[in-house]
Amino acid sequence: MTTTPPAVRVSRLSKSYGAFDAVTDISFDIRPGETFALLGPNGAGKSSTIEILEGYRDRSEGDVTVLGVDPQHAGLDWKARIGIVLQSSGESGNATVLEQLRHFAGLYPDPRSVDEVLAAVGLEEKAKTRIHKLSGGQQRRVDVALGIIGRPELLFLDEPTTGFDPEARHQFWDLIRTLKTEGTTILLTTHNLDEAAELSDRAGIIVGGKLIDIGAIGELGGPSARIPMVRWRDAGGVQREARTDAPARLVAQLARDLGGEPAELQVIRPSLEDIYLGLVRGHAAGSTADTHSTEVLA
Amino acid sequence: MSATLTDRPTRPRTARHGLFSLGLARIGFEIKLYFRSTDTVFFTFLFPFIMLGIFTAAFSAQGNIGTNPDGSGGISVGAYYLPGMLAAGMLLSGLQNLAIDIAGEKGDGTLKRLGGTPLSPLSYFIGKIGQVLVTGILQAVLLLIVARFAFDIALPTDPEKWLTFVWVFLLGVITCAFLGIALSAVPRSGRSASAVVIPIVLVLQFISGVYLQFNALPEWMQNVAGLFPLKWMAQGMRAVFLPDSFASQEQNGAWELGLVALALLIWLVVGLVGSRLTFRWIRKDT
Repeated sequence: MTTTPPAVRVSRLSKSYGAFDAVTDISFDIRPGETFALLGPNGAGKSSTIEILEGYRDRSEGDVTVLGVDPQHAGLDWKARIGIVLQSSGESGNATVLEQLRHFAGLYPDPRSVDEVLAAVGLEEKAKTRIHKLSGGQQRRVDVALGIIGRPELLFLDEPTTGFDPEARHQFWDLIRTLKTEGTTILLTTHNLDEAAELSDRAGIIVGGKLIDIGAIGELGGPSARIPMVRWRDAGGVQREARTDAPARLVAQLARDLGGEPAELQVIRPSLEDIYLGLVRGHAAGSTADTHSTEVLA
Repeated sequence: MSATLTDRPTRPRTARHGLFSLGLARIGFEIKLYFRSTDTVFFTFLFPFIMLGIFTAAFSAQGNIGTNPDGSGGISVGAYYLPGMLAAGMLLSGLQNLAIDIAGEKGDGTLKRLGGTPLSPLSYFIGKIGQVLVTGILQAVLLLIVARFAFDIALPTDPEKWLTFVWVFLLGVITCAFLGIALSAVPRSGRSASAVVIPIVLVLQFISGVYLQFNALPEWMQNVAGLFPLKWMAQGMRAVFLPDSFASQEQNGAWELGLVALALLIWLVVGLVGSRLTFRWIRKDT
C-alpha cells in the first residue's frame, strides 16, 4: 500500500447559505494523478463544493485540504499549483487569444509554452482574434487554455465542454488524457455522462447536497444497478419491466407464456447514464437504502 | 485540440514573480484594453475635449470673462473653462473609469478568473492605478496641447504654476483612482455600474465649478461641493491656469492651495481605506 497523501481530502464538509443547506456532510478523497468526476443534477451542491476546494468560498463545517493546504487560507504559491476552468465565461474579451494567454502565462512561475497550449486547444488559427469575436465553443477553449497554462498539478474543470461540438469534445478528451499521462490530478464536473465515463477513474454523485454514491466508474450503484432490464407490454397493454441476470431465460419464458412475441420487447444493459438516473431518482423518491426500485428477479 | 503538450520536470514553484513586476505587466495590459473599449475612450478619455469644444462654441459670442468695466481684458471662455475640464478629466479617468471598469470585471467573471491565479490583489491595484496615471496624464497633456494650439489659450509660463499643476494633478488623479476602486463595490452588477456611477460624476461636475461658474452658484451649493474632492481639484486647477486676479472670485477670496491639499489627502485616505475594505475577487456569500 502506498501512503501518498491525497491531492484532495474532503472530510464532513457542509456549506449553508443562511437557512439553506447547499452541502451536507460530504467526504471524499482524490488521489494524486486521479481524475475524479463529481456528478449530480443542477443545484445539487457540486458548484458549492468545487468553489470551496478552489478557495472561492468558505465552508461552514468540516475539513478540506487541497494539495496539502486549506484552500480557505491558501496563498499565491498554492494558486500557482492549481488550474481552474470556471463554469461560465462572460468576459468582454477585448484582448486577443494570444495576448490573453501570454498575459496569464506571465502570472505563473513555471508556465507552459503559449504556442503549445494554443495548439493543444486547437486555436492556432484564432491566435490574433479578439476573444469576444470567437464562437461560444471557441471561447470555452480559451477558458481551458487559461486553466492549463500555469502547468497545474491539480486542474478543476467545471462543465468544461459546454458548447463544444462533438469533434471538439473528442479533441478535448484527448487533451485531458494527455494531461492525465503527465500526472495531473483532475476534478471534473459534467452533465455529460459519456464524458465522465470516458475520462474519470472514479466518480461521486451529489444529490440535494449529499454524496449518495462514490466509487470507480464501473462500480457506481453497486452490482445490482448493472442487472439487465427486460421491458415489454403485456397482453392487457400494460408496460412491464423486470431486472434479471438471465434476460434470455426471462424472454423465452415470456414468449412461452404469451404464446408469441412479447410486444415492444427490449433488453437493456444499464449505461452510466441509466445507473446515474436510477440513483438520482431513487434518492428523490426517498429510498436511499435501496435505490433500485424495480422488481429484481433472481 | 491535438494532444501535444510536452512534459518536463517542473521547476521549483517557490520562485515567484515580484508583486511589482507583475503589477507593471498589468499596467501594459490594462492600457491596451482601455484604448480598445470604445465606451471608455469616448465617455472618459475624449469627454473633456468635447465639453471644452461645446462651451467655447456656445459662449464665445458673449465675449471674454472677467473683463474690465470698459470691456477690455479678461480671458476667453475657453481659457476660463480649461481648468474645470482638466479637473473633470481627472475625475473621469480615475473615478468614473475604475468604478465602471472594476464593477464590469466583477460582473463578467474577469475578477473571479484572476482570483484563481497567483496574481496578488496588490499587483492588480498597481495595474489599475498605473492605467489611470498613464491615460490621465496623456489626456491632460493632449488637452493642454489642444487648448494652446486649437483654442489659442495662453498657458502659464511661471515654473511655480507648473509645480502646482503637477502636485494637484497627481494627488487628485490618484485620489480619484482609489475612490473609483472603492465605488466599484456599490453597483450590484456590471450592467448597472454606469447607472450608479455616471449620475454621481455628473452631479459633482455641475456643483463643483466644472460646467457652471463656481462663483455664480448659491453659497449652500458651494458648501455642499466643498465636501467632495472635485471642487478642490477644480480650484487647484484654477489657481494654475487663471490669472491671479481671479482669486478674489473664489469662495474665500483666495486660491487656498493648502486647503486643496488637505481636502484631497483626506479623500485619498477615504479612498484607500474604502478600497482595502471593499475589494474582493468575488462576492462571497456566507
